[in-house]
Order: sequence, then structure tokens, then C-alpha cells
Amino acid sequence: MELLVCIKQVPDAKDVRLDPKTNTLARDGVESIMNPFDRHALEEAVRIREEQGGTVTALSMGPPQAEEVLREAIACGADRGVLVSDRAFAGADTWATSYTLARAIETLGSFDLILCGKQAIDGDTAQVGPGLASRMNLPYVTCVQKRRQVDDTGIEVERMMDDGYDVVRLPLPALLTVVKDINEPRVPSLKGKMKARKAEIPVLSAADIGAEKECIGLAGSPTRVVNVFSPEPRGDRKIFTGTAEEQVDQLIEHLRDYL
Amino acid sequence: MLKVDSEKCIGCGVCEDQCAFGAITVEDGCAVVGDTCTLCGSCVDACEAGALRIEEAESGRGTVDLSQWQGIWVFAEFRHGVVAPVTHELLGVGRRLADQRGVPLSAVLPGSGVRGECDALIAAGADTVYLVDDPALARYREDVYGRVLEDLIRCYRPEVVLAGATAIGRSVIPQVATRLGAGLTADCTGLDIRPEDGTLLQTRPAFGGNIMATIECPDTRPQMATVRPKVMAPLEPDPARTGQVVEVEIDAGLLESRVEVLETVVSEAEQVNIQEVEVLVAGGRGVEGEKGFALIRELAEELGGAVAASRAAVDSGWISYPHQVGQTGKTVCPKLYIACGISGAVQHAVGMQSAEVVVAINRDADAPIFDIATYGLVGDLFEVVPLLAKKIQERKK
Ligand SMILES: Cc1cc2nc3c(=O)[nH]c(=O)nc-3n(C[C@H](O)[C@H](O)[C@H](O)COP(=O)(O)OP(=O)(O)OC[C@H]3O[C@@H](n4cnc5c(N)ncnc54)[C@H](O)[C@@H]3O)c2cc1C
Ligand SMILES: Nc1ncnc2c1ncn2[C@@H]1O[C@H](COP(=O)(O)O)[C@@H](O)[C@H]1O
Repeated sequence: MELLVCIKQVPDAKDVRLDPKTNTLARDGVESIMNPFDRHALEEAVRIREEQGGTVTALSMGPPQAEEVLREAIACGADRGVLVSDRAFAGADTWATSYTLARAIETLGSFDLILCGKQAIDGDTAQVGPGLASRMNLPYVTCVQKRRQVDDTGIEVERMMDDGYDVVRLPLPALLTVVKDINEPRVPSLKGKMKARKAEIPVLSAADIGAEKECIGLAGSPTRVVNVFSPEPRGDRKIFTGTAEEQVDQLIEHLRDYL
Repeated sequence: MLKVDSEKCIGCGVCEDQCAFGAITVEDGCAVVGDTCTLCGSCVDACEAGALRIEEAESGRGTVDLSQWQGIWVFAEFRHGVVAPVTHELLGVGRRLADQRGVPLSAVLPGSGVRGECDALIAAGADTVYLVDDPALARYREDVYGRVLEDLIRCYRPEVVLAGATAIGRSVIPQVATRLGAGLTADCTGLDIRPEDGTLLQTRPAFGGNIMATIECPDTRPQMATVRPKVMAPLEPDPARTGQVVEVEIDAGLLESRVEVLETVVSEAEQVNIQEVEVLVAGGRGVEGEKGFALIRELAEELGGAVAASRAAVDSGWISYPHQVGQTGKTVCPKLYIACGISGAVQHAVGMQSAEVVVAINRDADAPIFDIATYGLVGDLFEVVPLLAKKIQERKK
């Protein structure tokens, strides 16, 4: 089975903080990590390959340093990593991103199953997975919490809903986005790490994937960020003191409007 | 491309501090743009020397005749016999936007046996309900719902389409936006219209609420957004309001699906969606187990709220994943969030820091949760939580 996982490199949440004093972004040494949901997507792909055979391709679009997450993916079991990188992709919103990923995937070949994370933690949009599926005309389900069964003809999964879950069957090829509950990702093996270090990571440019200029990067993005600002700081704040009972009484006093 | 005018740049570093993506560095007294630039433009606004500018490549999308698109639409989400509460919230904000624009507000209601819901949607603010009632729509399926919405939007051309940022809304809308070539903003918490040109100003938290961003779609229509539940206020239902129901026939071909829903399971524990309640009492590792969660549950019941949890509590198996709040769980913004035995790690904080009031109960006075709390109680939760529940109960009498 040919599997492909879309992996995004994102800034680590713990580094992107507001400085409470100046109310500006404090980002000393912002570290980049593999988007946590994508780690679960990768793990699921590797498990399917272990059961069914085939290959797992990890694909990322991003600046040259996004190569790091692809090496990490190889260390965690992917067979190969491919980076789509070009200055012309800068400023892509989810519309342009799904276009670019779709073009890249078509360039790479055909796949039975494409896995994405539910969302990327920098933008939290959860739009690229469904967007990619619709560009590739694939059936898809989002927020998969469990894989029940998979074979050459189809896949049966549990899709997390707001009030429970649905059991859904899709023919292959298809696309899934996954949540954290689906599996417990493994830590990279020593062998995997060695393989990752030596791996060639091919880089595809806009021209390599035959992308139309007006569909990529900022020019290809229907949305524009027009303003970025800090959320309003919380008003009145208090840490109570005294015995448990005294603190509870003070709290109730302050919460009057909410009780 | 972000361009730096080296003549004008004074190397002050304001842009470097402003950039959320670490993409700008000042080298030899001049700003240099790196690969991580997302062209968000916040540096351009911050630069007092006027040295930064975003140069756009020609967009090949062509110009859409914006005047051809009129009216505000709300996707009415129907599941298990009820219209999702967020639909009424959307009609509330939609009404305001429609009145500002002087255009009608419509609800689109796909489903099976949903005719009876139309009056309530009109009472909640809609002028028109586009009703698509077909057995093929009995269960939510991505492809069928997506095609129905796309078809209607192409036919009636609304300028704005809003949907709830729910499991269904966030799954179906991106597909529709992609095919329409429309901009889509996820999980908005603020919506406004710019009076001069009718542009929808969509505000949403990014980086887990550490920053806010306002987004617009200048050249494309419709302008699409999913909106976080519980942020917008519904109108008081007015049964005297009148409106029109337009029954739409959908081409049978569009109703064929490749997706088969074998079973729909509503779990008892998940009956309440933690994203749609006003009060959440959350437990973390400090709650120590299922017994501890019984105390959390009692307090939640006393407050008419629901139970949430940190990842540590979910991973320990004390409570199920749909209750998890945070980066790899759900984002919630209730009126009141009471965090019990939760340290307040940033991955948790990003999921709850936009709550109106945060109460922290923790025995460690240095726990980071106190930095984001409105009110903090330093003490043992096994003492504080039952006491709080008891006092609230007494107060009610
Ligand atoms: C990629 C990634 C994603 C993550 N996603 C999430 C997420 O979505 N949600 C999430 O919550 N976390 C997430 N985490 C984990 C997060 O970093 C923290 O580990 C987690 O939030 C800690 O949970 P906790 O506060 O319950 O436990 P702890 O950090 O162990 O805190 C327990 C607290 O309880 C207090 N306490 C103990 N006993 C008592 C008592 N009797 N009375 C009062 N106070 C007491 C302690 O003082 C302590 O502050 C993620 C981590 C990673 C790496
Ligand atoms: N630049 C990217 N490169 C590879 N995969 C991506 C990229 N952006 C988004 N994705 C995939 O799409 C999912 C949803 O992302 P988003 O819509 O940005 O929240 C992620 O979990 C990834 O699997």
C-alpha cells in the first residue's frame, strides 16, 4: 500500500509567548518541532505499512529547514521524505497550501492513502486536509480517532464528532485527518536515526511540481492578514490568601455574577 | 515578497521584535528577511521608518465582480434531531452583518425530515431558509454535504457564508471553499463589516490565543468563515418574525456518496460538548484518579456546567479524550473555567486562556496556572473543591 503523510514544521508553542509586561511576543530562540498531530498521522501510516507492506512517504512544504522534520519522520519509520520549498510559496494560506501539496503529490506518483494531522498548531485551521482531498477529488474524513480495518479496497474508521463518534467506510484511495487518540507514536529507533542522518531529502521547487504562479504563495491566497495584535489582558486579578474556607468565601463573593 | 528599503531602514529592530515567526534579523544596521516570513505584514505596520513593504505578484485569479454576490448566509447544522446551538449564534451575528449591509440573511438547512426547523430559524433572525430535505442527507457525509452547499452557493451567490467551528463545520466548509476558490478563515471569534466596501473583517486567535489576527478576503467571493461556538450571542427568538422558505431540489447525482456511515454512536459522557457550555470544571494530574473526578463532576453539576481535563488526566485514563482541553485537545472559551490540580503548562493554556474568567485551585503557589488565572486559590483541591460545591449549594437555598 502506498501511503503519504503531510507533515508541517511549526514553532513550539512554549516558545511563542506574550511578554506580560510589554505585551509583545517574546520568542527567544523559537524552536521548531513536528506538528504534534502529524506525528500521529505518521505513526498510523507506519503501522499500516507494517501490516500491509508498501511504502510511507513524508511530505512537507516549508522553508529549507523544514528538512529537519522529514529526517525525524524517517527516524520514526517513514521510507522517504520529500520537501517542497520555494521562496514563491511564502505567504501561502490554506487554499494555496492545499494547491501546492496536491501538485507535489501528483508529481510524486499515486497513493492509496493520504494522512494529515487534524490541524497545525501554529494556525489551528484544520483546513488543509479537507482542501487537499477536494483538490485531488478523494473521499475523506476528518478527526479520525480509530482505524478499525483497512485493505486494498477500503478503510473503516471512527470519526470523532462533538457528541460521540461515527463509524465510516471509505473506498481507497482516500484521505484522513487524525486526532491524538488514534495511537501512541513510537520514539525513533537507533537504526531509524542512522537512516535519517544518511537519507537524501529531495527538494521540489514550484517549477518542479508545475505549479501555476497565480495559485501559490501570497498571490494564490484569497485571504490576507491585515492586522496582528495582542489579546486584551485580563482585568481584575486576585490570588486569595487565608484558610481554604476563607478563600472559598472570597471566591464566591467575586463570582457572584456567574453563580 | 517582503521588501526592505535599505535607504530608509534605520536598523532599530522593531520589526525583529514584532515578527511572530522569527523571520527578521537586523544585520549591519539593516533588516534582513529570512525564509520563515509568512508575509503577515505586522512588521510593515510596526516600522516607523516606512522601510518595509509587501510586494505582491500579480494574482491570476482575475477579478471577481464583487457586486454579483449579495446576502449573508448561515449553514444550519442539524444532527440527532436538533439544530446545533451555534446556528442560532450565527444567525445573531449574521443579522447584525446583514442589517449593516442592507441585505437579507439566509439559513441553509440540509438534512432529512428537517422541515419543522424552518420556523425556528426564521424566529432566530433568518429572512430566508433554503431547505434541502432529502433522505440522502440523513447522516452527515463530507462529500454530499459539501456538494449541496457548493451548488447552492454557486446558484445564489451570497457575499458571506458562516458556519459553526464544530466537527461538522470544520470538516465540510474547507472543501467547499477550496472548490469555490474562496478565502476561508477558521474558528473566528470576531466578525465585522467594513462599511466602505462591505469587506468582512474576521478576527481569530492564532498561536493558541497568544496573538489575534484580523483577516480579510479582498478579491474573492463568498467570504467564508467558521465561527467558534459560544462567542456570538443569539437573538431572543421572535415567533412573530416572518420569512420565506425556499425548497431546493438537488440534482440526484450530487447526492451520491463514496462515504458510507455504518454507525453513529452518541456516547453518554460526550452528550455535552465542552466547547458549547458556559461553565467548565477541569481536573488535572492533581485530581489523582477517577475518585477525584467524582468531586470535579459534583462541582460541575452544582454550577450547571461540564467536566474538562488536562492531557495528563486523559493519558492516565481517568477521563476520555473528548474532554481534553489544549493544544492536542479542544479549544474552549466558556464564561467560567475552574482548573483544579492543573499546573497550567502552555499546551494546556492555549486551549483555555480565552475563557472569560479562569479560577485556579492548586496547592503549589508557583504553578504557572496562577499567571493566567483571574482568581487563584492556593490549597488542597480535595478540601477546596467539595467546600466550594457545598457553599454554592447552600447559597442556592
Ligand atoms: C506536543 C504536546 C501536546 C500537548 N497537548 C496538551 C493538551 O492538549 N492539553 C494538555 O492539558 N496538555 C498537553 N500537553 C501536556 C502539557 O505539557 C502538560 O504536561 C499537561 O498539561 C500537564 O497536566 P497537569 O497540569 O494536569 O499535570 P501536572 O503538570 O503534573 O500538574 C498537576 C498540578 O496539580 C497540582 N496538585 C497536585 N495535587 C494537588 C492537590 N491535592 N490539590 C491541589 N493541587 C494539586 C500540582 O501542584 C501541579 O501543579 C502536551 C504536551 C506536548 C509535548
Ligand atoms: N506546509 C505544510 N506541509 C505539509 N503538510 C501540511 C502543511 N500545512 C498543513 N499541512 C497538513 O495539513 C494538516 C492541517 O493543517 P492546517 O490546515 O494548517 O491546520 C496538518 O496537520 C498537516 O498534516
